[in-house]
Amino acid sequence: MTVLLAVAIGALYACGIYLMLRRSLVKLLLGLVLISHAANLLIFTAGGLRRGAAPIVRAGEEALTRPHADPLPQALVLTAIVISFGVLAFALALFRRVHQSIGADDVDRMRSTDT
Amino acid sequence: MNLLAVPILLPLVFASVMLATRWPRVQRLLSVAGALGLFLVNLAILWQVDRVGVATLQVGGWPAPAGITLVADRLSAVMLVMTGAMGLGIAVYSLGEIRRRKQRFGYHTLLHVLLMGVCGAFLTGDLFNLFVWYEVMLIASFVLLTLGGRRGQLEGAIKYVTINLVASAFFLAALGVLYGMTGTLNMADLAHAVDRIDRPELLTVLAMMFLVAFGLKAGVFPLFFWLPASYHTPPTAITAIFSALLTKVGVYSMIRMFTLVFVQNVGWTHGLLLAIAGLTMVSGVLGAAVQSDMRRILSFHIVSQIGYLLMGLGLAGPAVAALHVPGRTLNDRAAMAVAALGLGGTVFFMVHVILAKTALFLVCGVVERLRRSASLDRVGGLATTHPVLAGLFLVAALSLAGIPPLAGFWAKFMLVRAGLEGAAWVVTTAALGTGLLTLYSMTKIWAEAFWKPLPAGELQRRDRVMTRGTRLLMYGPTFAIVGAIVAIGLWPASLEAFATRTAAQLVDPSEYVAAVSNHAIFSRSDRERAAMPADSGTSGEAPR
Repeated sequence: MTVLLAVAIGALYACGIYLMLRRSLVKLLLGLVLISHAANLLIFTAGGLRRGAAPIVRAGEEALTRPHADPLPQALVLTAIVISFGVLAFALALFRRVHQSIGADDVDRMRSTDT
Repeated sequence: MNLLAVPILLPLVFASVMLATRWPRVQRLLSVAGALGLFLVNLAILWQVDRVGVATLQVGGWPAPAGITLVADRLSAVMLVMTGAMGLGIAVYSLGEIRRRKQRFGYHTLLHVLLMGVCGAFLTGDLFNLFVWYEVMLIASFVLLTLGGRRGQLEGAIKYVTINLVASAFFLAALGVLYGMTGTLNMADLAHAVDRIDRPELLTVLAMMFLVAFGLKAGVFPLFFWLPASYHTPPTAITAIFSALLTKVGVYSMIRMFTLVFVQNVGWTHGLLLAIAGLTMVSGVLGAAVQSDMRRILSFHIVSQIGYLLMGLGLAGPAVAALHVPGRTLNDRAAMAVAALGLGGTVFFMVHVILAKTALFLVCGVVERLRRSASLDRVGGLATTHPVLAGLFLVAALSLAGIPPLAGFWAKFMLVRAGLEGAAWVVTTAALGTGLLTLYSMTKIWAEAFWKPLPAGELQRRDRVMTRGTRLLMYGPTFAIVGAIVAIGLWPASLEAFATRTAAQLVDPSEYVAAVSNHAIFSRSDRERAAMPADSGTSGEAPR
């Protein structure tokens, strides 16, 4: 499972970076989405995968019985998902506004402020 | 009294009240009052931390490492004070500079959200929480950057938003892997948890990931190209607050991580930091040399000054590595002296560069207000028409270049001494050469904007009239900041002593770690980490 997820993360990063290197704004945004998904999956996987051992204290026991899954990475991923949702929603609105005011989808035509 | 939550809560409360307020006048008043309150609270924190020692607060009463810790050591405290001071200065200045319509569109609310994010980043003792504060800061800065929606702003914002989202993804991935390897994200806990992992060579890889994530935010070579492409587009007050605070948060995070956590392989990591420092200084200042717009020149100088901040950190490498092992004292007095001078110089330089750069941007804003442009081809003769403005520019510019007896001289003096004593010849040469080129760049602005007569094509265009109130609002903060530069320059001893005390606290992290672990359950046996045996980083999926 870890290997499978590692391959999936690698593929997501690769696709995300490829999309970001294209010149279209829409593809740039999709690339950002894929990269943030890849980062979330990476946390999830790096935190350790364990099936069938929920970190819940059973009735009548004082502490968790080992081994149990680590709940923290999931909390981190959840927070990261919410944050990336908000930030990407802003990016989407910004890109739409840019498209409206410049009338192009091509980032090569947005170089007037470069140095 | 524990004030540590106040720098986060105060801007939050003021931002929410301003969001709900419909009267622009009340909003403006609240904005200045909130910034003033933040400044005073941060001063109180600095005073407390400097006298009593590292202050901590466990948010919600949950013990570390499961709960989030807020920590203020001297470095955090001085950064908080600078945040409060610049927040106050900019809040006043923007009342004069930014158009009323933009102010009504939530400018003041966003400014306070930005201040909240920056204060949170300086205070937190938890890596994931740092990520969250970064995002708070970013989303506020995104909107501030695009407020008004002119074409240039939008084009700059695309680069700014994209590169910052990539940096965040990098940061997130790095801290995810770090958690997988150590099982903690509390910085004080990490300081020793990293020594227990079984494959230390992987730590260097992680250190590089964090270096890229923070380096993108801080704008170091070769990751800074987004900065001069976007920082000159919004109103000057916004550029000034970005330049004062945002890149500095990146540098602060680097200082924290590379004195507290990543000190196992200093030959590589801190050597690399030194190389980056030299290249950042030189490339930034050379970039500035070819520009002909005041704000673009100053934007490149932001990059160049970041190099100096990293130089002190890089020089401290050997000492922080030696003192990392608990209970060990360092007999090598030379390495200790270099570290104290280097990190002390970084702290001194941080204070100086925030003041000097903000002052320069504020002067630039007045020029733009008067002449509708900051392009050097279109301005001139300001030294005769506005001698006070010229004087303010001159003091800030000379301080940035490092001319005695201004603040910049003492900051560079400490760093260069550290470089010479640490036998880091190349980076020291780069630092001195960059000082010279900075002077060249400042001379260029001086000669073009202030000395040369107004270009013939511009003669018929009159200066825009500034009312007395606007003048007061725009000149007041500039005067205060330039006054601080002169005061530090004339009486550097107390700031130098403080910077050295800060450096001592950074070189030997035991006080920081001890302060946090007072409220923590750090011992392995107590921690519920059955899912992850101490000896293997990533466990398989099969249940045992």
